[in-house]
Amino acid sequence: MNSNAASSSTANPDAAGSPDPPAPRRSSKRPKYSKFTQQELPACKPILTPKWVILTFLVVGIAFVPIGITSLLASRDVVEIVDRYETDCIPVANRTDKVAFIQSNASKTCTRQITVTKHMKRPVYVYYQLDNFYQNHRRYVKSRNDEQLKKRSKTSETSQCEPEDTTPDGKPIVPCGLIAWSLFNDTYTFSRNKRQLTVNKNGIAWKSDRDHKFGKEVFPSNFQNGTLIGGAHLDESIPLSKQEDLIVWMRTAALPTFRKLYGKIEVDLEENDIIDVILENNYNTYSFSGKKKLVLSTTSWLGGKNDFLGIAYLTVGGLCFFLALSFTIVYLVKPRRLGDPSYLSWNRNPGGH
Amino acid sequence: MAGNRRKKHHFSRIHAFSCGKTSFKGDHSLIGGPGFSRVVHCNDPESFEASVLNYSGNYVRTTKYTLATFFPKALFEQFRRVANVYFLICAILSFTPLSPYSAVSNVLPLVVVIGATMGKEVLEDWRRKKQDIEVNNRKVKVHCGEGAFDYTKWRDLKVGDVVKVEKDEFFPADLILLSSSYEEAICYVETTNLDGETNLKLKQALDATSNMHEDSNFQNFKAIIRCEDPNANLYTFVGSLELEEQQYPLTPQQLLLRDSKLRNTDCIYGAVIFTGRDTKVFQNSTGPPSKRSKVERRMDKIIYFLFGILVLMSFIGSIFFGIATREDLQDGKMKRWYLRPDDTTAYYDPKRAAVAAVLHFLTALMLYGYLIPISLYVSIEIVKILQSIFINQDLHMYYEETDKPARARTSNLNEELGQVDTILSDKTGTLTCNSMEFIKCSIAGTSYGRGVTEVERAMARRKGSPLEEEVTEEQEDKASIKGFNFEDERIMNGSWVNEPHADVIQKFLRLLAICHTALPEVDEENGKISYEAESPDEAAFVIAARELGFEFYERTQTSISVHELDPVTGTKVERSYSLLNVLEFSSSRKRMSVIVRSEEGTLLLLSKGADSVMFERLAENGREFEEQTKEHINEYADAGLRTLILAYRELDEKEYKQFNEEFTEAKNSVSADREELAEEIAEKIEKNLILLGATAVEDKLQNGVPECIDKLAQAGIKLWVLTGDKMETAINIGFACSLLRQGMRQVIISSETPESKTLEKSEDKSAAAAALKASVLHQLIRGKELLDSSNESLGPLALIIDGKSLTYALEDDVKDLFLELAIGCASVICCRSSPKQKALVTRLVKTKTSSTTLAIGDGANDVGMLQEADIGVGISGVEGMQAVMSSDIAIAQFRFLERLLLVHGHWCYRRISSMICYFFYKNIAFGFTLFFFEAYASFSGQPVYNDWFLSLYNVFFTSLPVIALGVFDQDVSARFCLKFAFPFVTVPSVIPRRCTEYPV
Repeated sequence: MNSNAASSSTANPDAAGSPDPPAPRRSSKRPKYSKFTQQELPACKPILTPKWVILTFLVVGIAFVPIGITSLLASRDVVEIVDRYETDCIPVANRTDKVAFIQSNASKTCTRQITVTKHMKRPVYVYYQLDNFYQNHRRYVKSRNDEQLKKRSKTSETSQCEPEDTTPDGKPIVPCGLIAWSLFNDTYTFSRNKRQLTVNKNGIAWKSDRDHKFGKEVFPSNFQNGTLIGGAHLDESIPLSKQEDLIVWMRTAALPTFRKLYGKIEVDLEENDIIDVILENNYNTYSFSGKKKLVLSTTSWLGGKNDFLGIAYLTVGGLCFFLALSFTIVYLVKPRRLGDPSYLSWNRNPGGH
Repeated sequence: MAGNRRKKHHFSRIHAFSCGKTSFKGDHSLIGGPGFSRVVHCNDPESFEASVLNYSGNYVRTTKYTLATFFPKALFEQFRRVANVYFLICAILSFTPLSPYSAVSNVLPLVVVIGATMGKEVLEDWRRKKQDIEVNNRKVKVHCGEGAFDYTKWRDLKVGDVVKVEKDEFFPADLILLSSSYEEAICYVETTNLDGETNLKLKQALDATSNMHEDSNFQNFKAIIRCEDPNANLYTFVGSLELEEQQYPLTPQQLLLRDSKLRNTDCIYGAVIFTGRDTKVFQNSTGPPSKRSKVERRMDKIIYFLFGILVLMSFIGSIFFGIATREDLQDGKMKRWYLRPDDTTAYYDPKRAAVAAVLHFLTALMLYGYLIPISLYVSIEIVKILQSIFINQDLHMYYEETDKPARARTSNLNEELGQVDTILSDKTGTLTCNSMEFIKCSIAGTSYGRGVTEVERAMARRKGSPLEEEVTEEQEDKASIKGFNFEDERIMNGSWVNEPHADVIQKFLRLLAICHTALPEVDEENGKISYEAESPDEAAFVIAARELGFEFYERTQTSISVHELDPVTGTKVERSYSLLNVLEFSSSRKRMSVIVRSEEGTLLLLSKGADSVMFERLAENGREFEEQTKEHINEYADAGLRTLILAYRELDEKEYKQFNEEFTEAKNSVSADREELAEEIAEKIEKNLILLGATAVEDKLQNGVPECIDKLAQAGIKLWVLTGDKMETAINIGFACSLLRQGMRQVIISSETPESKTLEKSEDKSAAAAALKASVLHQLIRGKELLDSSNESLGPLALIIDGKSLTYALEDDVKDLFLELAIGCASVICCRSSPKQKALVTRLVKTKTSSTTLAIGDGANDVGMLQEADIGVGISGVEGMQAVMSSDIAIAQFRFLERLLLVHGHWCYRRISSMICYFFYKNIAFGFTLFFFEAYASFSGQPVYNDWFLSLYNVFFTSLPVIALGVFDQDVSARFCLKFAFPFVTVPSVIPRRCTEYPV
């Protein structure tokens, strides 16, 4: 690399004296010499010569394209089955007023059939995906009380939880707040060839959340007792730290379209297996016309199915190759001397500022 | 110590005009009136009358704040910045539910930033405080009754105290000198702290008090001093002393100023008249001028622009939020039921969506607040201070000889140095050394002196003549005697006695040895004599006389003693001349004379002065050498030398007696026009002179000036020289310092033409002025035509204009034309310009071209110019500290300007610009992510980042890299900066001037 070291300590002809300090004079104001104070510390600045530029682009291209391909392959390896059901699970007769149906007491059981398109290695993750649901709304995000969730002694701590803080007679709701109140309450049961597939719901929440944010001795109380029922009810005999659905739900999503883990199926699913899903379609996404999807997915070393990373790497790598190529052509077709001062802006248009 | 080795000759200066014998000047009639009301009861500060007056004590405070005023004052200073007010409002609002962030995280950065700035203030103030404490606790001997003197702290000194100051001590307050250890009650004072002048000043007490040499004399001493009120004028003082029912006038001659030092005198007794803040030096102290740089001003605009974006973003957000909120509850149906829109506070109420939107607007203002870089100002301040430390530390700008490094007095303007477009420079002391060298003289029509001046060298260089070699040889043996560069075997070493006009030469040299106000200092170890003179010119004359065999060695109040070479015997004889009168130099008289009586008893009037006043005063029989001398003077002026005419006259007793009577009477008169009267009488006797010859001293160019000017010109910086010198001298110096080059076409605008001379003599002054103006205008238009028609091949133009023409050229209707012409010219020289004109020209350039101007000067006459310019650079040279005190940056030599502008200016400008860009970049990049996220959070005001992360982002996480960039970054090394002087072009709309390109 061409480096342009800062001017060495060679004395400038203008220097007011030799670089070595003069005989010590009483109270001399002469500044002390050091490379630091004289701003002469060695420095380098890369100069973008054609060779360097082309080489750099080439190296970046060579590094990025394989990474892109690998990530894309990893993403393609993931088998993901998405089943959108929010409309299909409403009886045809009720589809004109879905909100009325969902708020009624009619049976909302619904069966779906999912065909496995490709062999799915265990564990198969089961997610529900909501759309147009603003879990990141400021009012919603704030509407919880972490103290109350953590400590039994803070049960009556319900600040920030309005309007779901207390029952009308003033008893504190545990867990309080809009987030808990709107807990997702669709349920799924899976069976293959009439045989039930067990869905493991343990360990679906973050360990840190279970251990530190939700107390082992905090039990739900007065929950969903109001006039307006939001979402799911909670078993009052199970402490919050064990209510993993709640814990998952309460880790609010950053974007309005989000997936949350419902459970894990701990067996392999073969290609062309037909999975029957019995589904309780309870949750109201119809008022805000949100979609509901059931997702079965495996994972790879890179996580779930997402092509973005691979495509990004490939695009950048490809672009680098292209630039390297075009610079090479320019360099070969129309070379120019390095450091030609006639190309400087003030030499190019004389007199014009 | 120095006083022990050296024998000091005491004398009292016989000032003809400024003091003379004790007499009441015109101003003394004002005593007791408004502005002159101060009454000091000497030696009786505890008396009833004194206590009624209640003058402040001698305690001084230079600090900006006191304990009580610190918080309100410092906070007020802080919140004068718009950005800080915004953050304060945010911090207050953060305690309401409006805030998207927690209150602490919002307040903390503000506290840190304000705390840091205030901490800096405290630190600076503490340094001042420590100095104050040291000064206030210094001790001085004060009369404490019964003729005993005892040590007291400075702070406890009161007006009226009699103090005893000993050798090499500072005066604790402004004192009136009562007596000293010398018989004549004189003392020597060093005023370096006040005006930077290193020569000792002589002060003398009144006769009435001069006999009190013992402590015990003061036991019953009582006097009342009435004088002017405290003011800032260092060089004037009016007062009177009432002692035993007698009134005596007091002048600056008796005034000892605080912060000056007693030298070469064992001790003095003085009465305190001004204390503490009333002292002249404190009245004089002003802080460095506060100027703001263009970059900073533009930065403010960018901040306003960002505020605009911030408001716009908030507005858009609140509209979307309002719509979404209103739709949440329609016809009793909840849309986003999980938000419970049926049961909300005002912030989210769908029924009053408009109110919610307005409240949300406030929230959004806080949310996107990270667009405004809170720590920008404080970071810039830190960076600039560090940059100025680098400037101060630069060895390449340290001048060994005077032990002076560069000093950035204001750090505000570092980056402005990189944008300088026009330099307005003083000549004497700035381009030249202001150390005069006696180099040539013309005696009795013969020119002596073979020395070669810088200007001649430059001229020779232009012609490609072989003078060069000779020069280098000569440089070897010279410089042995400072101020003397004379080389001519015809008159050196006493060989002048063999010259044709030996008698004239003798008189000439004698005049040089006698007609001056310098005082000799004899080094007792080797008997060598050095001189302390009021001006370097004068020192050069005395030294020249000494070197040529007329050694002036002693001066008493009434006599001057000289070792002379006797032409007859060829031996050195001592001669003493009794000094009768000194008719001092003044700018209006342009000459000085002394009247002496020689040992033979002849009365001599010896006179030296400018050619313009001297030739007309010659007697008919004294014009023998007039023609040749005039010729020589012109030659000398062409060579860039300063010339003086020497002439003498013998007086007869009767004439002198009459003169002396009239003169003494005039001096002692109590009218306001006393000085004019004395001048008139002096004028009467300074006539019928006999011409002896002329002297020429060289005002040497400073080292490296031509090279520096070349470099600056390469960088596209225009240099204007504004000088008080004659046009010829100015043009010659212009050539010497390569400001003017061969092949440049000179446009000379002058009002010294013969026709304008006749105009001036005409009766009708207004008509003459109009005609002169018309002539100037005509010349300007002609110059403009030349400029417009000129093509490159004819060479660049140089404009030379004299002071009188400048007066007209600066009038409102002409100045645009003048400026247009001047800007088109490669070099501009304004000669014979007054300090005020210098400032006016500076203002004209600054305001009309809106380019950055830099003024550089060293004298008090440049102060106006320095303060007017965008950047004032003071040369800490010989002419005192006035210029430095009013400058933004002080350097020791003109040539350091090159490094200051091309290296430090370049770096600082680039650093600050890239730093500001970096700052805005990081904040905008960051701020916008917040906005983009809002689009996915239905503009509800939920921040995407954790609030603590946000708060620390600006203050801690990202501040150091930016500061490091602002302090250390070098796009090119100093060597390259100087080698490829960058054209300094400002692109008004873009902050980082393109300077990324550089030749490899």
